[in-house]
Amino acid sequence: MAVEKFPVEASHIMMFARSVGDGNPIYHDDEYAKSTEPGGIIAPPTFVQASAQFDPNHGLRPKIDGDGWFGSGGAPSGAKPRGDRKSGGGGGGGGGGGGGLHAEQRFIYHRHMRPGDVLSATSRPGKTWEKQGRRSGKLVFSESVTEYRDLNGELVVTAIGVGVRTERPVDQG
Amino acid sequence: MALKASKLSVGDTHAERLVEDLKRTQIVMYAGASGDYNPVHTDEVFTTQVAGYPSVFAHGMLTMGMTGKMLTNYVGDGRLTEYGVRFTNQVFPGDTLDATATVTEVADGIVALDVSTVNQNGVEVLRGTAKARVD
Repeated sequence: MAVEKFPVEASHIMMFARSVGDGNPIYHDDEYAKSTEPGGIIAPPTFVQASAQFDPNHGLRPKIDGDGWFGSGGAPSGAKPRGDRKSGGGGGGGGGGGGGLHAEQRFIYHRHMRPGDVLSATSRPGKTWEKQGRRSGKLVFSESVTEYRDLNGELVVTAIGVGVRTERPVDQG
Repeated sequence: MALKASKLSVGDTHAERLVEDLKRTQIVMYAGASGDYNPVHTDEVFTTQVAGYPSVFAHGMLTMGMTGKMLTNYVGDGRLTEYGVRFTNQVFPGDTLDATATVTEVADGIVALDVSTVNQNGVEVLRGTAKARVD
């Protein structure tokens, strides 16, 4: 994933915090946030995941003039899953029977993001390894390391994601 | 309020209920906010008929985000320095999740925590570690 410009915005932080069920007013109330140690609104710990919104090639978003979305419409699936569908932060994406899942995620916070920050993200592949899974056949893990930097080039968050592709859907037993 | 190193001991725990009876709508909210629109999280028809799962399931990152709320409530706003998890089981609509942080080390102004989130059957759905600055 490469994101040239990830503008950190207050309303996006508010919606993201709501979606994870976090009502802490530091994520939406400017006046309250001034009274806290950070001294203003900050983003919740997993917010960089939302940089996917600013990745023009994000494979897990229907494209406005794209090549067909693989979710259901009139038929259960609109298209075959593509091999290149990847979720943000390095989690493997993709639908389909033996699709990709997000296995691990780690964040290192160099500082906490605030509204007004404009970040850029660059990713590089990390390790890959294989394992025989009990519930889903052969598992292929792949790591990616994403660095989020501010306009001064300072590192803000390092995100290490591990995606896994399974041979078949995970047994629910 | 930030934690004080002098008042922390290895083995101390902090636990919170993250969600009771997880609703599909919350998963939709997370899809919309995060931008991860993978239909396995929101599209029951696709997920059951094409992907082969019993129902849509939560993004791992939704569980990590909800567990992060427990952590920031415990260590204070803006105090986390590291947070990493492994997704050990899927989370489905209807699940009730409880998360616990356990102190493993306090040194040099940093508390190290083990993090675990379990569902209503006691099955661990997420486990990981975190570090935070303490006073």
